Amino acid sequence: MELMAVAWAYWHQFFFIIFAGSAVGFGCGVLISQNIVRMAFYLVLSLGSTAGLFFLAGAEFVGAMQLMIYVGGTMVLLIFGVMLTAQKDFVNMKTHTHDWILATVVGGSLLMVLLFAAFGSEDWRSPQDPTDAHIVDTKAATPLGLALTGVRVDKLDDPNDKLNQGKSGYLMPFIIISVHLLVVLIGAAYMARTKKLSHATGLRSSRARLSVFKMEDEDEVLEEEKYVVLRKDKRATNPLDTNGNSTDNPDNTDED
Amino acid sequence: MAEFFNEYIFGDGPWSWLGYVIAALIACILIIHVVAVGAMGFIWLERKVAGRIQDRLGPTRVGGKFGWLQTLADGIKLIAKEDLTPDVADRFLFKIAPYVAFAASFSAFIALPFADGVVANHVNTAVFFVLAVLGLEVFGVILAGYGSGSKWSLFGAMREAAQVVSYEVPLGMCVVVPVFLCGTMNLTTIGNMQEGFITNWLVFNDPFTFVIAIVYFTCATASVNRAPFDLAEAESELVAGFHTEYSGLRWSLFFMAEYGSMFLVSGLAVILFFGGSNGPIPVGDWLANLLGGVEGSIGANLPSLGAITVGVIGVANFIFKGAIGVTVMIWIRWTFPRLRIDQVMAMCLKYCVPIAAFCFVGAVGWEVLDLPTPNNLDEKSRYEYHEKWSQEYLKTQRESVPTENDTHVQQAVPAEAIVTTVAVSQSDLDVNGGKQ
Amino acid sequence: MLLFATVSVSWYLAVGAILFVLGAVCMATKRNLLGVLMGVELVLNGANINFIAFGSRLLRSEGDTLGLDGQLIALFVIVLAAAEAAVALAIALNFYNNHSTIDIDRANELKG
Repeated sequence: MELMAVAWAYWHQFFFIIFAGSAVGFGCGVLISQNIVRMAFYLVLSLGSTAGLFFLAGAEFVGAMQLMIYVGGTMVLLIFGVMLTAQKDFVNMKTHTHDWILATVVGGSLLMVLLFAAFGSEDWRSPQDPTDAHIVDTKAATPLGLALTGVRVDKLDDPNDKLNQGKSGYLMPFIIISVHLLVVLIGAAYMARTKKLSHATGLRSSRARLSVFKMEDEDEVLEEEKYVVLRKDKRATNPLDTNGNSTDNPDNTDED
Repeated sequence: MAEFFNEYIFGDGPWSWLGYVIAALIACILIIHVVAVGAMGFIWLERKVAGRIQDRLGPTRVGGKFGWLQTLADGIKLIAKEDLTPDVADRFLFKIAPYVAFAASFSAFIALPFADGVVANHVNTAVFFVLAVLGLEVFGVILAGYGSGSKWSLFGAMREAAQVVSYEVPLGMCVVVPVFLCGTMNLTTIGNMQEGFITNWLVFNDPFTFVIAIVYFTCATASVNRAPFDLAEAESELVAGFHTEYSGLRWSLFFMAEYGSMFLVSGLAVILFFGGSNGPIPVGDWLANLLGGVEGSIGANLPSLGAITVGVIGVANFIFKGAIGVTVMIWIRWTFPRLRIDQVMAMCLKYCVPIAAFCFVGAVGWEVLDLPTPNNLDEKSRYEYHEKWSQEYLKTQRESVPTENDTHVQQAVPAEAIVTTVAVSQSDLDVNGGKQ
Repeated sequence: MLLFATVSVSWYLAVGAILFVLGAVCMATKRNLLGVLMGVELVLNGANINFIAFGSRLLRSEGDTLGLDGQLIALFVIVLAAAEAAVALAIALNFYNNHSTIDIDRANELKG
């Protein structure tokens, strides 16, 4: 085929190094960074590079799904969570050094074991057919859709009759996941609803009342803040109070 | 294009990768032209249309009577402005946010075909890819809102993110209707299947698809944050929303991203519903037949004169129809009042999603019950409407191997018919998907 | 040097392993609850890379032409991860509203 005759043979390695390096690099950024918003941003870039790796391995549909669901959905959700749980300045919560050492040792040994397993098998170390290492889309969108309805079009003519009986496609997991998603949607929406606070006691902060779309009445908010200020004196030490500022009062106004 | 370079300039040797790099660069430069020059044109168009609706003239001085070069003058002014960064801003995120937004808007053009075969990368799941990359633009907005360090920016960014993410749901449902009507996610094939006269366009296929096209346009307008859904950047409410603190070239990058996205969703509507690069009358095909047909080549791996004619007319047609879509968006902006954020959310969840779902079921029912449609999509084989370069390859495959060797199934038929479809063969999967 | 070796499944598995370990260490060391969630996402991504690598052309034997299993399982993992992230964020939000902090070291009292 004349299309392949002049192709440079090293594109797969080139793009693999770029995408894998970027994914691992930004993953390290997530680990090392202290600012939560930057961590979220590095995670977005790492997930995007993973989507690139998926495209490279020929799974175009899954790569697009990764971009749409993970990056476009889950990460937006995560960033919303970051914004809604933000304190006045993003206080750095530092981990103790002994925790770091322990985690690094355990993680490092796990990494050694996994790498040993990855490079250990002869079948995995070299590709089955060297010409298969080109960047090719496997055109799996329609077979994926069909497999989700129960028909495995790529295994229709398996010569082994006994194996044919188990080829029922992925209809059951598909239905289970659909119900699962429905349950999760309802559950998460219920759990994260805006809760009405009574004027009674309780360790509720006034922040729960301020949602993006609705503001309560002015008097109620002021009353709640007064209540919080009164209680502030009773707290012994505030471990998050590095600048002498209270983290309870969102506007950091001096109420005295 | 890369093969052209490699055959004539670089050959087979160690420099053959340069041919691919140059081909990729040319594609990138062309797309940047579309986005940037398109933004320039659309901003001028917006000011003229806004002026006329408000009973005034709009820009009339720069560049002659119609003020053609007004946007160029604005661009020069913006480049010369001082580059401010607020004191409390997170500098890294503040600086990178416009580039993220622009990169998302630009990348989605990679899979958008301007004519039959005129596309930067032949992506088989193009519809999905475009929708996925469009959803990444919200990150630029969020980073801008947070990185500015002011509460107006943060509120605006959060509202806009919530709006864009919510409207992706009805957008996806509307986009699925042409996909299942044509049986493929390949945008070039969907465009090609609407060739011929205007009655072949998918919007006239059945009444449910007509309503779906309107709902798609509404959701697309909400998705790019244009009025009446532009609460996030409303001048009267939040100063300027997430881009309050941006000035100069960074602000202009946001605006190029916005107008690029407008052209993108309008171009997607054109391909999915309004015929793609095919005009109301197939003038391109008649001209090509006069010039000797679309097959063959004029030498050196270049397409034939007829094919070039079809391509050029198709691209012009597509850009014209996309521009009409953008004009409709501009027209709507200056006619309707702005919606509140809770009205925007109510519209999405209480109106767009149920209507889209109902019309989706209706369109499926129309096809299943085999009711009459102007365009006989059932009889069209998807493979004859594939892109030209893959058609020739499939033809050579069919000549050498007697059986049908493609992984796709011909039509949406029930399962018992699928089992009798012929086997999948290895050789078809060697088609080089992205190197043209 | 790496540029001229053939890419094999082991390379993809190595990347998956590194991402997995990074995510695990992130889960173990971050004090911010959302940081722990980001570690969970990294772990799931590492596993996904493994699945896709096994379902790619690099590990294709004679009869199996599409490697559909790997891609389908990766798809299911993506969907489940999104669902789990939604629930975890709802829990995190409730925790923050109750305790005014997102530090998990303060979540050491189990109350009714």
